[in-house]
Amino acid sequence: MTEGASSAPSVVVLDYGSGNVHSAAKALEAVGAKVSLTADREAAQTADGLVVPGVGAFEAVVDQLKAVRGDQIIDRRLAGGLPVLGICVGMQVLFERGVEHGRDTEGLGEWPGIVDRLDARILPHMGWNTVDAPVDSVLFDGVRDERFYFVHSYAAQEWGVPASDVFAPAKLTWADHGGRFLAAVENGPLSATQFHPEKSGKAGMRVLRNWVMSLPSRAA
Amino acid sequence: MSLAIRVIPCLDVADGRVVKGVNFRGLRDAGDPVELAAKYYEQGADELTFLDVTATVEGRATTYDVVRRTAEQVFIPLTVGGGVRSVDDVARLLGSGADKIGVNSAAIARPGLLTEIADRFGAQVLVLSLDVTRSPRTESGFVVTTHGGRTETDLDALDWASRAIGLGAGELLVNSIDADGTKQGFDLELVRRMREISSVPVIASGGAGAVEHFAPAVDAGADAVLAASVFHDGVMTIGDVKDALQSAGAEVRR
Repeated sequence: MTEGASSAPSVVVLDYGSGNVHSAAKALEAVGAKVSLTADREAAQTADGLVVPGVGAFEAVVDQLKAVRGDQIIDRRLAGGLPVLGICVGMQVLFERGVEHGRDTEGLGEWPGIVDRLDARILPHMGWNTVDAPVDSVLFDGVRDERFYFVHSYAAQEWGVPASDVFAPAKLTWADHGGRFLAAVENGPLSATQFHPEKSGKAGMRVLRNWVMSLPSRAA
Repeated sequence: MSLAIRVIPCLDVADGRVVKGVNFRGLRDAGDPVELAAKYYEQGADELTFLDVTATVEGRATTYDVVRRTAEQVFIPLTVGGGVRSVDDVARLLGSGADKIGVNSAAIARPGLLTEIADRFGAQVLVLSLDVTRSPRTESGFVVTTHGGRTETDLDALDWASRAIGLGAGELLVNSIDADGTKQGFDLELVRRMREISSVPVIASGGAGAVEHFAPAVDAGADAVLAASVFHDGVMTIGDVKDALQSAGAEVRR
């Protein structure tokens, strides 16, 4: 193993049977992470960063995640302050509930709020859209006037975490398709994007690089 | 601000090579698909479409390899269509690195396939691909064809598109067989009629020959524009198309 590889942050892309995960793994490698594609609990719990991808239906993703005890893995990482990045439905399931096709499904509940259908004339919201990121965002550091690739019909359209004197407020990035929705959240060790950074060309690679570079490397 | 109009190069792939032809006939070799995909990515393509026109089982295995190698170095969405007949085919293509799957004649033969795919993977992976020609035989004046346009079905193209959306299609790839290969521009009436009945994104395909052809397709309601030979032949770059769209007032990704 080269010196560069051993000092690179380790990232596990949680491989629990949800869609195309190879692109995420390859994109993270390209921005300097040492990537494993696995559902192994020990590896997922101890990596410097954990990426939770997800495509398809909210309910199916929650079921598949729980089948590999992904909910516990995420909980334990967050309890220890270890970074987690949810992507697309991997972001949506972090909320309390999802409502798809009239069915109400319990999510992982890391954040309060509901993931609901966008109120737009054309769905899915498919393609490259702009985002409105806060100036102190880590994920969007150095990214200005770029577009990101979205493909989804549902999203969190409100942020329900009350302001607190104790915790730093979450950094919220919004986008618009028939109304505003959360395009990204940075909340302590837990971050998420509704768009696919691994499919968003060079701008998306920058977001992934920013996340990887922010990981506290615990390599010996 | 809103969604950018997507510019999508389409690569017809047979036995691991890009091929091109007029009206699906007279196929000629046009290069290595992975190299071409990387070139279009650098040019600013918003998405890529591979259409597998391979006839043999061995050729199909090559296609999975092409998809895998492309997805490893091209970080934009990749749609793969051609010969997709089952949920297992879809699973295998997604597992190889495809993001969306185009389904065409198999859905005509068995519409329930659309629901099976959408239920398992979500409507967002499912592109209904239609090869359409004008015909007095249907009410709309547009009929669905198979076998690269050589065989007319009894399906009214607009009815079929509506039905497919109800069954789970998340996007329509509308290819005009009449316009395909002519380089005289898209069939704008077809695009307009599809936009009227569609609640999902519409990709206009067939007939692009000059940069001026793209903006009228967008005006007619296309959410994305697809072309093949004009890019492969070097008649124009992705950037040229975006320049033309932008000067016509459309939003594009730069």
